[in-house]
Amino acid sequence: MKKIISLCVLLMLGQPVHAALKVMACEPEWGALAREIGGENVVVYIATTGLQDPHAIEARPSLIAQVRRAEMLVCTGADLESGWLPLLLRQAGNPRVQPGTLGYFEAASFVTRMEIPTRLDRSDGDIHAAGNPHIQTDPRNIARVATALAQRLAEIDPVNAGFYQARYRDFAARWAAAIVRWEQQAAPLRGVVVVAHHSYFVYLDNWLGLKTVAYLEPKPGVQPTSNHLAEIVAQLQRQPAKMILRAPYNGARPSEWLSERAKIPAVMLPGTVGGSNQANDLFGLFDDTVQRLLAALK
Amino acid sequence: MFRYILSTVTVAAFSASVLAAETDVSDTEQHLQTIEQRLQRLENAPPVNTPVASANAFNPAISLILSGTYTDLSQDPATYALPGFALGDAASPGQRGLGISPTELHLGTNIDPDLYGAMALILNPDDTVALEEVYFQTIGLDHGVTVKGGRFFSGIGALNQKHPHAWDFIDEPLAYRAFLNYQYRDDGLQVRWIAPTETFIELGGEALRGSGFVAGGNEKNGVGAYSLFAHIGGDAGVSQSWRIGGALLNAAPRGRESGDIAAELPDTFSGDSRLWTTDFIWKWAPNGNPRIRNAVIQGEYFWREDDGSMSGAVSGISGDYRARQSGGYLQGVYQFMPRWRAGLRHDVLATHELSDASGTFADLNGSPSRASAILEFTKNPFSRFRVQYNHDQSRDDSSDRQVFVQYQLSLGAHGGHQF
Repeated sequence: MKKIISLCVLLMLGQPVHAALKVMACEPEWGALAREIGGENVVVYIATTGLQDPHAIEARPSLIAQVRRAEMLVCTGADLESGWLPLLLRQAGNPRVQPGTLGYFEAASFVTRMEIPTRLDRSDGDIHAAGNPHIQTDPRNIARVATALAQRLAEIDPVNAGFYQARYRDFAARWAAAIVRWEQQAAPLRGVVVVAHHSYFVYLDNWLGLKTVAYLEPKPGVQPTSNHLAEIVAQLQRQPAKMILRAPYNGARPSEWLSERAKIPAVMLPGTVGGSNQANDLFGLFDDTVQRLLAALK
Repeated sequence: MFRYILSTVTVAAFSASVLAAETDVSDTEQHLQTIEQRLQRLENAPPVNTPVASANAFNPAISLILSGTYTDLSQDPATYALPGFALGDAASPGQRGLGISPTELHLGTNIDPDLYGAMALILNPDDTVALEEVYFQTIGLDHGVTVKGGRFFSGIGALNQKHPHAWDFIDEPLAYRAFLNYQYRDDGLQVRWIAPTETFIELGGEALRGSGFVAGGNEKNGVGAYSLFAHIGGDAGVSQSWRIGGALLNAAPRGRESGDIAAELPDTFSGDSRLWTTDFIWKWAPNGNPRIRNAVIQGEYFWREDDGSMSGAVSGISGDYRARQSGGYLQGVYQFMPRWRAGLRHDVLATHELSDASGTFADLNGSPSRASAILEFTKNPFSRFRVQYNHDQSRDDSSDRQVFVQYQLSLGAHGGHQF
């Protein structure tokens, strides 16, 4: 009996004290960033894959178990996870990662968000009051989030503050150099007119100077309809576009249908780490994104 | 000659300067454009991290569920009974014709750093209001412990903890109708603990007033009913997830009413009532993306033991009463393309042992069953429309063909649903 009680107490108390910091990332890009900065001092669990739609995730039992164990959450915020994260947080019995605590890190609050609606009404579709949440499609945003994440890791785990700073400085230098390289490679994309499935690449557009003139979704989050696609075909005759962009989790059929009609390539961009085979880390993500865009331009 | 050269040079110089001016103009234009774009961006983006100050800023999230159902029943719902089962007042296949379904009003928000509070009001079509749920719940406790207090849906079973608008079929399973009088909610205190393991393990217990049906009528000091429950769940690869659970609801009813409650001539039961439940849910979505295609298979099995005495003036029952009864359902719902789902459900109830001192129930050993099919169109997460057909053989005399057509609309702040 004593053994059982002590076992229960051990279970209740959970992890040993000086283990690596348990981080749960809501999306793969923040998981990858936490690994870049945290190195071996963090254990990262990533709640979604690059092929999943972060708007529509089930509040699965496995995710509740992960939030319960986490010492830090790194999520996009800006309502991207509003359909599932609040449910997990409320059931997990873990005060360390509740909104407002050090353990709750919202990447979108450290960048300038675009498309903040001036009017909040569901007749406008599935809009986000805090603006477009797909901030990771601009590498300059990743750099801003990296700065904040390094600071936050140091606050939560002050013993390793120097370690995180050193890794951050190393990452930031490599990242800045990579941005210069991507911008040079992507120069021919400036001003290129495109069509997109969802307003997923707004920050990418802003970075590379792409110009999105139509969305396959009639309203954000609303499935493309045949009427709306026909309208886009007509629009493209007046205003030709070079390609149709979609994220891995957007169904391929609408963009392939339009690609056939409008005779322009449909391009799947990885969108996040794991969105394609080549996007196996943050650097690979943008290498692959720029390559796919350039390939479609030829 | 010299002149010729001079004029050529002049022309060349002139045309070169025109060309230069042209590129200059387009450069400046481009430059202006980028500046304009930047300005626009700056104008559009309010300073980061500045919440809008407003007297309403701390108001709870409000959501409203509006629903209406057309019901077509081939048998008169007023004569509804499940042979061998003592039913509560909410056990009914519904009312014929057009009508609104109960409207749900939800309010909820964090109270302070440690507590969350919520309320769900049910506005009934007959102009009555019911407090469906009103509770506080801790968010600040550590070690995976959550305490909930107030009035809430018990953690037993799979469907019981969910609001009916989140159910996959329009009506409740027969087991819920027979054993829980639609759904079990009660006043009391709930404690849950989640193990610090990768596999989801949840243990919980509730101390309840005992005012809901399966308990019923046991107003007394102390605890009127209690429940214990456990859930285990996890993922199988990236496309599948599952949860299994088991629970015991133990009650000691004093004067639990069943039978002809509307006419105030009920049968009353006093004694001990124990309800054992097991349930499983399995969900599949390719790559974990439920939006395009997904499937859910779910089942529950209930076993109830009643030991005590029952009496009723109309039915003529009196004296010792003992019953061993079970029931369950198995259902599958498949979203075969975006926005469209189809589902099948099979329900059964069984009486294994039923005896009463007066012998009234001796010839009521039926085995009710029902088969259902549903087709659902979810326009978007906020509005869905569905039609359901039941082949209901739960009455002892004849089968009932039931058709339901329903709309269900969600207004305001509405988060996701539980697993």
